[in-house]
Order: sequence, then structure tokens, then C-alpha cells
Amino acid sequence: MKKQKKQTTLRTRDALSGLAFLSPWLIGLLVFTLIPIGYSLVMSISRVKFTVNGMELTILGAQWFEEIFTKDANFLPALLDTVEFIAFSTPMILVASVILALLLNKVTKGRGFFRALFFFPVVVISGPVMSKLIGNDATMLIQANDYGVYQIIGNLPGVIATPLQYIFDNVVLILWYSGVQILIILAGLQKINKPIYEAASIDGASGWQIFWKITFPHLKPMILLSGIYTVVDLAGMPSNALAKLVKNNLTRLDAPYSYSAAISWLYSLVELVLLGITFLLLKERKEKHDD
Amino acid sequence: MTKKFSVKGLTNDGKWGQRLTKLAIYVLLLDFGFVYIYPIMYMILVSLMPTSDLINPTIQWVPTYLDFENFKQVFSTLEYPVTFTNTVILAGVASILQTLSCALAGYGLAKFRVPLKKLWIGMLILVFVIPTSLTLVPQYVLFNSYGMVGTELSIWLPAAMGQGVKSSLFVLIFMQGFQYPKAYDEAAQIDGAGPVRTFFRISIPMVVPTIILSLLLSFVWYWNETSRSGLYLDGKINTLPLQLEKFDKLFGAAYPASQGSSLNRLNERIQMAATLLTVGPLMILYLLLQRKFVEGVEASGITGE
Repeated sequence: MKKQKKQTTLRTRDALSGLAFLSPWLIGLLVFTLIPIGYSLVMSISRVKFTVNGMELTILGAQWFEEIFTKDANFLPALLDTVEFIAFSTPMILVASVILALLLNKVTKGRGFFRALFFFPVVVISGPVMSKLIGNDATMLIQANDYGVYQIIGNLPGVIATPLQYIFDNVVLILWYSGVQILIILAGLQKINKPIYEAASIDGASGWQIFWKITFPHLKPMILLSGIYTVVDLAGMPSNALAKLVKNNLTRLDAPYSYSAAISWLYSLVELVLLGITFLLLKERKEKHDD
Repeated sequence: MTKKFSVKGLTNDGKWGQRLTKLAIYVLLLDFGFVYIYPIMYMILVSLMPTSDLINPTIQWVPTYLDFENFKQVFSTLEYPVTFTNTVILAGVASILQTLSCALAGYGLAKFRVPLKKLWIGMLILVFVIPTSLTLVPQYVLFNSYGMVGTELSIWLPAAMGQGVKSSLFVLIFMQGFQYPKAYDEAAQIDGAGPVRTFFRISIPMVVPTIILSLLLSFVWYWNETSRSGLYLDGKINTLPLQLEKFDKLFGAAYPASQGSSLNRLNERIQMAATLLTVGPLMILYLLLQRKFVEGVEASGITGE
């Protein structure tokens, strides 16, 4: 009896110490995240008025959401633009990260140098810097008119041409946004046991087979992690069409704060859907898993 | 005899094949490396070119002579000394606060039987995932009602409470870092150390690489952050990226194009000089400390589970 009591007090003390360490974060979570999220939901269904006593909210219902879908000419294009940007870029960033990590994993001399080079953009990327670089052609590695390749691509059917053209136009951006992902995947590669590869090559597997049968399945969790990181990273860019729309409507005269709160809610939902799709596409299939 | 010969031949072939693959890999790496470095090279070279080189189609890379006039103009347009100091203070303090709060939270989650632990980890991921724009306006309203808009507090407070730029990521890597064997802590506790003392004497020294990584990444991410600081600082405190964002307007005001000389025309070399002055300090920081960045990422377990 006495022993049990002592154990419970020890447990409570343990929990209390933990909560003490966690408390700044917990308070922050409440004050700076959860309450603001709730508040923005309330704002998105309200009319905001500024009075001498501060802000006044009157609940309206879904009026702003209705307006966004029926009257706002900017919303759908911005939404499509953002979704297209994320849906196009994410797979390309992931493929580039896997390729670069595979290359890095194959060399010993100079690996540190290339790794540092590939991580470098993470340190300098910011909205204004990117828009200055893009705006002044610093990212136009391939001048459209200089290369015959471009014309050849232009003549291909749209299904093939569009992604190819996208790669050519955005090669720098794709690589610049891969910095963290390359390191994640490289670490995954280094965790794969060497003997598995040796066994496979003794059994006569080709490099191609080894990649798809051994390397890729082992990398899948890392690719999923990178995919989620990429979607969050891209969706969080202030240069997104949707993010810009939120910003531009912030002080709309007839609907200050509330209209942009409604857009940012839709923005978050879209991002969650994209994350859900990423997760479904990249998660490990349970039935095939046997280790 | 023949057998031996063929075997030897085979290994030779293998060696050559291997060398060729290696060579191909290095060629590919260099190609990719070139793409990575291209915008930076472009930025530096164009910023150093005299205006006549920009319009001269025969000049692609190498400036005919170096011209620093644009740097003088950009330096004064950005109000560089003041802006630079602002940025360093804003990002530096935020980075220290964020590292501290995230280390504490990570420690609490890693070491103790905290009630509802799964929920808190779920919340960490939620905070990481939601777009900043969702909390931007309500936070602004909050800061406004406490008179914190236009002060650094609006950036520092969320950082001090684990809700700053990518805070969740740092909480998670600290959590990972603090998962060393319990025996170390128990030894300290037997010797009479309480949880606070164990934290500072045993646990903190265990995660030094993570601390350095958190400080560095927080610093550069706060340096580069513009959506929160653009709104909360309300133009009263300017950081380098914020000045760069409105650079065209600032430059137009400082050097009106209508007043004569061609020096006042806003062209690529001026834009690139402004960009270079904005990211230059970060580039130097990275050149000096790139090992700490990259190895920190690997050691910290961002890359793990």
C-alpha cells in the first residue's frame, strides 16, 4: 500500500516536472496559435468594425465564403496557381533530391563540398531575394531562344511539353528548394546495410533493379518526410498567389480582416488536402511490408 | 592459363568501368553544382558591371572594369548600417529565445511522463503545417491591443514561447537529441541533482551540436523572414529583406529618375547590388560555419524518424 502511494507521487512529480519544462511552449501554443486560429475562424464569419473601444465583431454567417466563390474574380486563379505550383514542384523537388543524394552517396572525395553547396540556398532564400533574382534573370540559366531544345519541346504534345518546359524554366528553383530534402534522403541512404547490396549484386541484380527493389523501398519514409517538408515549405512562401491575396485583402474597406481570414482558412484547407494527397501517395503500403 | 588471363582482363574491365562511372558522377555533380551557383555568380558579376557592359551584347560574364558606384547608392538607399544592425539584433535575439524555448519543450517531452504527450506532439505537427497567414491577422490584433506593433517584442515573444519561425521543427530535433540513455540522468539524481540541475549539467552538454544548429538556422530563418516582420514591425523597424522588398520605391525616392543623370536609372546592376548586400552577410556566415550547419542537420536527427 505504502509502496504504491510512493510510486504515484513519483509519477505525479515526474509529470509535473515535465509540464514545467513544457509550460512556456504550452502557453505559447494557446496564446499564439490555438486562440488565433479560433479567432480567425470567428472573424471569417463576422463583420469587423473599428470603434473607439477597439474592434467589434458581428456574426454574419458564410457571407464572405460565398463571396469568395461567386464574386471574387481573383480567388480561383490564385487558388489554381498555388495548387499548380505546389503540385508541379513537389514531385520535381523530390526526384531532384533523390538523384542528388544518390550521386553524393556514390562519392567520397568532395562529398563535403557538394553537400555544403547543395545546402547553401537554405541559408539565403527569402521572398524578396528570390523575387529580385527571378526578376533580374539571375535564375534564367537557359535562355529560351538560344537553344533548339526549346523549339523541339514546343512541338511535343502538351502532356509531355508542359512539365518539360516547366523543368527548363525552373531548374534553379527546383534545385534551390531541395537543400534540406537532399540531406534527409542522404541520411536515409547511409542507413541501408551494405550486405543487402552485395547480396543483390551477387544474385545478378542490375543497378536499376537494385534501386527499385532495395534502395527505393528503404528510402520511402525519408521521401515521405521530404514530401511533407516540401509541401509545407512551398505553401508557406509569401510569394504564393494565395498568400498575396490574403495580404492584399487585409485592409479591404468593407471587410477589414474578415475577408482575408476567410481566404486564409480556405488556403489552410487546400494545404491540408495537398498534404493528405502527399501522404497517401508516399506512405508505406502495410501489406507489402515484411520486416 | 587462359582462365587466369580472362579473369585478369575482367577485373581490369571492371576497374575501368568503375572509373568511368565515377567520372560520370563527378561530371553530373559539377553540372548540378553549376546550376546551384549560377544565380549567385550572376548576382555578383552583374552588380560589379558598369552600366555600359549591361547593354553591350558582347559582354556576358566578365566586366570590362569594376564599378562600385552602384554599391554606394545602394548602401545609402538601404540605410545599410542601421538596417544591418536592426536585422542582426532582431534575428540574433529571436534565435536565442527560440533555441531556449524549443530546448525546454523538447526536454519536457523527451524525458518526462507528460500527460497527453501524443496530443502535444500532434500539436507540434499542426503548428508546423498551418500556413502563417492563418494566425497572422489574429496575432496582429493581439499585439496591437498590447501596443507591441512596431516593436521587436512582436517577433521575440512568439519565439520565446516556441511559436516562432519553424519552432516545431526545433522542438522535434531537441526531443530527438535528448533521447540519450536514462542512466546518465539517474546517476546525477542519485548524487542529489534536481531536474533543473540535471538539465543544465547533464542534458545540455549532450546536445551541443543541436543547440548550435538551432541557433544558426533560427538566425538565418529570422533574418530571411518577411511575412510576420513586414506586418508586425509596421515599417518602424526595417530589416534588410524588408528594405529589399520595397527597394524600387526607396531608390526612386532617393534618386529620382527625372533628375538627369543616367546613374539614377534603376537597372540590374543596382538591383543585384542591393540583393548582394542583403544576403552577403549570410553568405559569409555560411562560408565560415558551413560545417556546423550541414553536420548539425545530420547529427540532429531531422533526418531520422
